[in-house]
Amino acid sequence: MTEILRVENLKKSYDGFLAVNGVSFSVEQGELKALIGPNGAGKSTCFNMLMGQLKPTEGDVWFDGEKITGKLPREVWRRGVGRTFQITGTYQSMTVIENVQMALMSHHGKLFSIQPRAWKLYREEAFEFLETVSMQDQADRPCSILAYGDLKRLELAIALTHRPRLLLMDEPTAGMAPSARVELMQLVADIVRDQGVSVLFTEHDMDVVFAHAHHIMVLNRGELIADGNATEVRNNPQVQEVYLGGGTLFKEAEDA
Amino acid sequence: MAFLFAQFLTGLANASSLFLVASGLSLIFGVTRIVNFAHGSFYMLGAFIGVTLMEILPGHFGFWGSILLTGLAVGVIGAFVEIVVLRPIYRAPELFQLVATFGVILVIQDLALMIWGAEDRLGPRAPGLRGVWRIFGEPVPKYDIVLIAITPFILFALWYLITKTRVGVLVRAATQDREMVGALGVNQAWLFTGVFALGSALAGWGGALQLPKGGADLLMDFNIIGAVFVVVVIGGMGSLPGAFIAAVLISVLNVLGVTYIPQSTLVLMFVVMAIVLIIRPYGLLGREEVAGEHGQVGAPETPIRPYGPTGQAVIAALLLVLAALPLVVDQFVLILMIDMVVFALFAASLHFILGTGGLVSFGHAAFFGGGAYAAALLVFHTGTPMELAFLFAPLAAGLLALGIGWFCIRLTGVYFAMLTLAFSQLVWSLAYQWRAVTRGDDGLVNIWPSDWLSETIPYYYFTLILGIGGILFLRHVIHAPFGYALRAGRDSPRQAEAMGINVKRVQYAAFALAGVMAGLAGGIFVFSKGSVFPTELEIAASFDALIVVFLGGVKTLAGGVVGAGFMTMVEDWLTRLEYWRLLLGLVIIAVVIIAPEGIVGSIRTAWNKYRGTEEEIAK
Repeated sequence: MTEILRVENLKKSYDGFLAVNGVSFSVEQGELKALIGPNGAGKSTCFNMLMGQLKPTEGDVWFDGEKITGKLPREVWRRGVGRTFQITGTYQSMTVIENVQMALMSHHGKLFSIQPRAWKLYREEAFEFLETVSMQDQADRPCSILAYGDLKRLELAIALTHRPRLLLMDEPTAGMAPSARVELMQLVADIVRDQGVSVLFTEHDMDVVFAHAHHIMVLNRGELIADGNATEVRNNPQVQEVYLGGGTLFKEAEDA
Repeated sequence: MAFLFAQFLTGLANASSLFLVASGLSLIFGVTRIVNFAHGSFYMLGAFIGVTLMEILPGHFGFWGSILLTGLAVGVIGAFVEIVVLRPIYRAPELFQLVATFGVILVIQDLALMIWGAEDRLGPRAPGLRGVWRIFGEPVPKYDIVLIAITPFILFALWYLITKTRVGVLVRAATQDREMVGALGVNQAWLFTGVFALGSALAGWGGALQLPKGGADLLMDFNIIGAVFVVVVIGGMGSLPGAFIAAVLISVLNVLGVTYIPQSTLVLMFVVMAIVLIIRPYGLLGREEVAGEHGQVGAPETPIRPYGPTGQAVIAALLLVLAALPLVVDQFVLILMIDMVVFALFAASLHFILGTGGLVSFGHAAFFGGGAYAAALLVFHTGTPMELAFLFAPLAAGLLALGIGWFCIRLTGVYFAMLTLAFSQLVWSLAYQWRAVTRGDDGLVNIWPSDWLSETIPYYYFTLILGIGGILFLRHVIHAPFGYALRAGRDSPRQAEAMGINVKRVQYAAFALAGVMAGLAGGIFVFSKGSVFPTELEIAASFDALIVVFLGGVKTLAGGVVGAGFMTMVEDWLTRLEYWRLLLGLVIIAVVIIAPEGIVGSIRTAWNKYRGTEEEIAK
C-alpha cells in the first residue's frame, strides 16, 4: 500500500494555547481511517489544517509526495482532495443537482464561461453522482428545503465529483438519525472499496467508527494518544482512561 | 504653533457632536443590523427642535434644558419610526431596511420644510459662554472648550452604560447573537425599539449641541450622514472608543484641511477611510465579521430558471410594444422611456453585483457617471466623433471598476459597501473640483449624438437596442456557468473555495462587468441629455439605484429592471407636486411594508400561494 497523506509534527497555537500539539500520522491509499477524540480534542482544528482552511503554526502536510502546507483550499482541491464539513455548506439558492453541476463546472474549468444554459451542463454526469448517494429522486428540489441528512449525502456527492484520491469528512453523520448514520457510513465504505479512494473522517458515534474504520486514531488535548486497528485502540489503556476513566471500552461494538 | 494648537482644539470641539451622532448609528447597526440612512435626519431634527426650544426657554437652565429635552424628543420620534416603519420588516432580506430608512429621510425632509420653513436658522449662543478664551494668544471660543471638556464624560457615560449595566449587557449580547438573546427570554422587539430610540436620541443631542457653533438647515441631514458613516467605519462598526477616535481624527483633519489644502475638503475623509480600510479591513477597533455569522435573514432565494414559454411570450410582447411605441406616443413619452431604459440598465448592473454576487455597493454611480464623463470629455476636449466616444463609456467604466474593485473586493459586507462609497466620492470630487478638465459644477455641455441619431425616435431605438440588449446580456450571464459560480461564492464561500472556485477572482470579474454595464448606461445617458454634471456621480445617484434594486426585489432576477421602471413612473408623477418628497417617501415606505420581498418577489410569492409552488404542481 502506498502512502497518500502524511502529516508531520502538526501544531496550531491560539495565543499560546496549543489546540493541536505535534500530531504526526499517515493515511494509506484505499484506507478508511477515523480520527476520534472527546470534544475540544482538536479534531476539527487538525482537519482544517489539512486542506488549508487554517494555517498550521508548525509542521507539514504532504499529499501524494507533495508538500501542501499553507496552500489554499482550492489549490489542495485541484490536487485531488475533497472534503465535507461538519456544518454543511451547500448552495441554498440552487437545486440539488445544480450543486453537483457547480462542482463539475469547476472541475472542468468552466468557471468564467458565459456559454448559455448552465443548468444543462454536465447534468447526466451529475445525476450519476446523485445516484451514488441515492439522491436522484430529489435532484430538482431546491437545496434549501432538504432534510439535514440529505444535505450530508449531497455534500458527499459534491465531494466526489472531481474523483478525489483523498476525502476528508468532518463528522459526516453528525445530526443524523441512527439508521441513517449506518447507511451513510456503509455508503462511504463502499466507495472506498469500489473506487480506491482514501477517507479520513472524524466522528463521535463509536458504533460508526468501530464498524467501518480500518484504522482509528485517538486525539486528546491536541495530542495523538493512539493509532491502530479497532482492537488495539480498544485495548489501549490511555484511550480507556480518556473515554471512560478506566473500564472496558465499547463492549457492545465488540459483541456486535 | 499656537495657531496649529488652536486649530486642533476646534477640531476636537467639532468631534464631540460628530461622535454623538456616530455612536448612535453604531449602536443601531450593532444590535438591529439596520444601516440607518435616516440617522442624519434625526440629527437635523435635533437641531431644529433644539433651536425652537431654546427660543422658548430662557437662561442657563433653558439652554441646557433644551438640549436635554431635544434628545428625549428625538428619541421618542426614533421609537415611533422604529415601531411603525421598521418593525414590520425585520424579517425582510438583509439591508432591505435601508430602503425604508431612505423613505424616512424624504418624509422628514418635507415635514421639516413644512414646520420650520426653508430658511436657515442661526443657533443661539450658549449663555455665559459667548466670548473666547486666549490660549497661547490664539482666540478659542469658550463653548468649544466646554464641548472638549464634556465629550470624554459622554464617552465614559456611554461606555459605562454599554459595559457595566444590565441593559448594556443585553445590548452587547444582542449585537453578537440576537436569536440567542431572544431565546433567553428577552423581548427582542422592545430591545430593538429601545436601542433605536437611544441611537436617535444621541443623534438629536448631537444636533442640539452643535447649535451654538452652527445652526439648523434643511441640508444638514445629507451633509452629516457621509461623515457619520465614515466615522463609524473607520472606528470599526459597533466600537464606541473606535467611533470616538475616528471622530476626533476626522474632525481635526477637516479643520486642518480647510486651512492648508482647501481643495481637499470634499474628499479628505473619504481618502482617510479608504486608507484605513485598505490597511485594516474592519476599521481601527472593529472585529472581523465572519461571513454568514448572522445567518440568512428571511427566506432563501429560490433556484433560478429562465422564463418558460409564457414568460418569454410576455417579454416578447413587451418588447414589441416598446418597439411600436414611437407610432403612438409623443416625444415627451419617448424621452421618459429613454430615461427609464437607461435607469433600468444601470439598476440591472447593480442588481447583478448585489443580488447575484451578494456584494452591496454603495458607490455604483461612479461607473455610470464615470462612463458618461469619459465619453463627454472626449467629445468636449478633442471633438471625437460620437460613435467612438460612446464606446469609451463602457470601456472607461470597466477600467475604473477594475481599479476600484482591486481594493474593494478583499473586503466584505458593510465595509465593502463603505469602501465603494469612498471611491465613488473620490471620483465625484475629481469631477467637481478639477475644473480645468471637467468644468466643475458647470458640467460638460453640448455632447450631442451624430446626425443620424439626433432625432428622438432614432435615439429611442438606439437606447432600446443597447439598453435592453445590455439587460438581456446580464441575464444571460446569470444563467451561464460564470453566474452560477458567482452565486456559489455568495451562498457559501467556504464550500466554493473547497471545490476549487477562486471566489474573489470571480467577484472581481463580476464587479468589472457590472462597471462596464453601468458605463454603457452612462454613455446612452450623456448623449440623450447632451450634458453631464457631477450630480450623476453623487452618493444620491448610487442610492437611487440601490433603492430601486431593493424595491424591485433583490432575490429576483427582474428586480432591478422592474424597480427602475416603477421608480421612474412614480417620480415622474410625484415631482409635479409641491411636497413630492413626502409623498415619495410614504410610497417607498408603503411598498416596503406591503411587499417586503420587493415588488417582483412579493408578486411571485402571491402567485405561488395562488397556484402552488413548482414542486406541488409537479405532484
